[in-house]
Amino acid sequence: MKTEEYAVAVLGAGAAGLAAAAETSSAGLSTLVIDREKRPGGILLQCIHNGFGLRCFNEELTGPEYAERAARKAEESGAVFALGCSATSLRIREDGTFELLLLSGADGVRKIHARAIFLATGCRERTRASLAIPGTRPAGVFTAGAAQKLLNREGMLPGRSAVIVGSGDIGLIMARRLRWSGIEVKAVIELLPHPSGLPRNVAQCLDDFAIPLYLEHAVVRICGKDRVEGVDAAPLENGVPNPEKRFHIECDTVLFSVGLIPENELASSAGVVLNPATGGAMVDANYETTVPGIFSAGNVLHVHDLVDFVSEEAARAARNIPARLAGTEPGTRIRARAGANLKYVVPSWYFPGRKTLFSFRPLIVAENGWLRAEINGTTVWRKRMPFVRPAEMITAEVEAEQLSGEGEVVFHLQEGETE
Amino acid sequence: MKREILCIVCPRGCRMTVERVEGTGKKWRVAGNRCPRGAAHAEQEMTDPRRTVTAVVRTDSPDLPYLPVRTDAPFPRAGIPALLNRLSTMTVRTPVHCGDTLLENIDNTGIRVIVTASCP
Amino acid sequence: MIYDVAVIGAGVSGSAVAWQLSRYELDTLLIEREADVGFGVSKANSGIIHGGFHHPVSTLKAKLEIRGNLMFEKLQHELGFPFRRCGILVAAFSEEEMAAVRKLYAQGIANGVRTLEMCGRDRMLRLEPKLRSDVVGGFHAPGGGTIEPYRYVFSLVESARRNGVRLRCSWKAVRGEYRNGRWILFSEDGDQVEARYLVNAAGLHADEVSRFCGAETYTIHPRKGEEYLLDRCSAARPEHVIFPVPSKHSKGVLVIPTAEGTTMIGPTADPVDDKDDTATTTERFRKILDLARGMIDGIRPGDVIASFAGLRPVLDSEDFYIAPSKRVPAFIHVAGIQSPGLTASPAIGEYVKDLLKNEGLRLTEKRTIQYDLSPHREVRSLPPEELEKLHAENPAWTRIVCRCETISEAEIIEAVRRGHTTVDGVKFFTRAGMGRCQGGFCTAEILKIISRESGIPMEQLTKRGGESRILVGKLGDLEVKA
Repeated sequence: MKTEEYAVAVLGAGAAGLAAAAETSSAGLSTLVIDREKRPGGILLQCIHNGFGLRCFNEELTGPEYAERAARKAEESGAVFALGCSATSLRIREDGTFELLLLSGADGVRKIHARAIFLATGCRERTRASLAIPGTRPAGVFTAGAAQKLLNREGMLPGRSAVIVGSGDIGLIMARRLRWSGIEVKAVIELLPHPSGLPRNVAQCLDDFAIPLYLEHAVVRICGKDRVEGVDAAPLENGVPNPEKRFHIECDTVLFSVGLIPENELASSAGVVLNPATGGAMVDANYETTVPGIFSAGNVLHVHDLVDFVSEEAARAARNIPARLAGTEPGTRIRARAGANLKYVVPSWYFPGRKTLFSFRPLIVAENGWLRAEINGTTVWRKRMPFVRPAEMITAEVEAEQLSGEGEVVFHLQEGETE
Repeated sequence: MKREILCIVCPRGCRMTVERVEGTGKKWRVAGNRCPRGAAHAEQEMTDPRRTVTAVVRTDSPDLPYLPVRTDAPFPRAGIPALLNRLSTMTVRTPVHCGDTLLENIDNTGIRVIVTASCP
Repeated sequence: MIYDVAVIGAGVSGSAVAWQLSRYELDTLLIEREADVGFGVSKANSGIIHGGFHHPVSTLKAKLEIRGNLMFEKLQHELGFPFRRCGILVAAFSEEEMAAVRKLYAQGIANGVRTLEMCGRDRMLRLEPKLRSDVVGGFHAPGGGTIEPYRYVFSLVESARRNGVRLRCSWKAVRGEYRNGRWILFSEDGDQVEARYLVNAAGLHADEVSRFCGAETYTIHPRKGEEYLLDRCSAARPEHVIFPVPSKHSKGVLVIPTAEGTTMIGPTADPVDDKDDTATTTERFRKILDLARGMIDGIRPGDVIASFAGLRPVLDSEDFYIAPSKRVPAFIHVAGIQSPGLTASPAIGEYVKDLLKNEGLRLTEKRTIQYDLSPHREVRSLPPEELEKLHAENPAWTRIVCRCETISEAEIIEAVRRGHTTVDGVKFFTRAGMGRCQGGFCTAEILKIISRESGIPMEQLTKRGGESRILVGKLGDLEVKA
């Protein structure tokens, strides 16, 4: 088994990995992009719907088109692809560089040495089990993404009539996709009082087909012995389902679209510390994790709602790699934390006196809001935030002079017209 | 008659209202939009609602058994089921390239179905 | 053909009986109503090899448990299923519980289990640092362990088949008649088989089999146990199986380090009426979570990757009922095999073999026994050099299909070739789809491989046989309507 040497090994050839590889390769660093699929693009390949690319490519594209363009950019930059390869181990060597083991049908075992690792492994879907949805275990229960793959990449029909649990974007997109495949969609059921996905997806994927959306409802039971025969749903009252108001919906398929979990198991095995609020790595403003030389961006860092933001973030992150590999020490880093009404802030550390782009996930729905940064109890920065909702990530650039470095920066999101 | 329309042009999803204006040059009054594209979409929804159609079509290649396709412009909503049923009977001969035309001038709309992935 | 013995039910008991009989010059038939072996009671088992202290030695189940426990090293050596003698800790969190622990310890010693060790708080925490620090004491049973129950059944049946036992799956017996010195057994589909002796190891349905064969009347009461499986990354995974102080009907909710690296919490013990009621409930999940968290630190609901429920077949006596029928000839009951049935199963096999001998079955040892099973090679536990060799043999060995558990295409092909053609069968044999994404990424690929290797069309593939089809057809089969 011969060892191959690269400056950068990018794990994952989805939107994040392709954008990162294009960056590092253009900067003259030998770059290997690794993906288990034979075709670059990651989950974009099964997202055959349009709505991607307005920011990065100035036109509205489908997932496969976006993937093809992003892959071409990476290829043209000189990045090398290792497709159909699964990375089964990531190890830090004594000199601080990395060793990856890749398995593939084509080449057997490959050993890769790299000076930097870029984590772009994306997410997996939360399953029925992670919600502990009660009931039997019949066939016909899928995650929305698994059903999407069956339909869009294999042309297989997962069922005839479906109930979708969760109103995230994947679930909404799948409602339309099922209808456009001749499959009936009986209902979409959402725990929250508002849809989890973007409003335009509610409009074009549910309203267009008159698919009922039950907000503040829970699936309280999956029924059926061999194949799904239906679900019982009930409205939430004071946060718990009211069993007396439960009703039955007949269907032969249940799709779960109840959130994504960053795939960080390989990263964790190498000692990368994760942020419990995101499931992604804790990174500094260079997008470097707690393990020097390992960088992370895209959905594996925190779940984005637009692929264009994923590409932008990954490119931004990868631009820090050449200097780090040239030996530049990043300097003191100071913690950034999420305060009121924010689920998280990325990055987890800032560098004093350096302009920084922060990303946040709001916990509230507000027509008007204010985002505020506080250091040692003093507000150092504020910005008006119209139309805040959990379905949309918010970003804010904070100027160098405001990030003085006198202490931790804490961000708060406040509702209201005025401060 | 006033209608509420949720804009699908961009991810912001503006909540718009549209109503017919009688006796002026302008036929529709749109409110709640944050850009001109939203107003145009609202008018379109009132007169001739259209959607971009995306689907997959069977191929003769084991490397890519189903090929993603889309209309090159929003397609009249009423005609979508027939278009999808037609696509489901087709088999695409490979090789194909992203952007190739699969169907021309569907139902005399001038709209094409184009391929959105390459299969060499 | 007339078989010497027909064993009804290919769970742990029936499979262990068939495996025992495969060592003798006999024609043995093993019958299973489900699509694959072990798909009844056995698959939803906690996988504990018990320590011989839970039941008084006056019971048949304690005798067979103690004997069975000692047989697993040899069996593992021969059959190669995952088994770890990781030890059991019974933990007390109050002085009252400590009194019960002392009684249990005394029972174990009286049962002849010599290796039990009473432990104070410090010793318990040293043995198991993940125990909650308010533990008062307990005892250590180093002879306890965990196995993968379905892999155990698969390997018993594979070895039995190599040594001549015939297997029929999806064969649901509905009627039996004893005529002219032999049993005629009829299936739901109108098939029939003949055998000189019948062994009723039908698990939850043993009462029905006994009834339609005209043997003793008894009732099997299903007792449901819900279990929740935690990801292999869970910080809660202990070194030992952690037991609470048991109640009258159950050994309580345990924290189990499974033989394959995950952690399981459960089971509950609730009587149910319906033999198909394997539904899980929110209330029981909360209860299990509370009880498990009362013993071990680091259990997070977010670490749950799968949940399931199994039904224990319970008789009124609460003991095993393994005996020849007094009402009909040549009929052996193997009924009420609830916990510790898995532990006892190798001893049950022996015991039933002896009962058959007493009933007049002639046992002649085979001159040659096939000990070799096909190797169960697992990519996840092989070093890179071995993988290179396997790749040279067949590139499918390094093509990973299930990313969460690192399962190769070759392992899935192997499962199909050994007769596991359902998605669950492949999952239990290989672990493909058993990890944290629960098949979200690999189901399509697994279906394609099963279909290609078995020749079963995609639309006909099932989760676990019967009507449990995964797909309903191909795109274009359904008309898109306005």
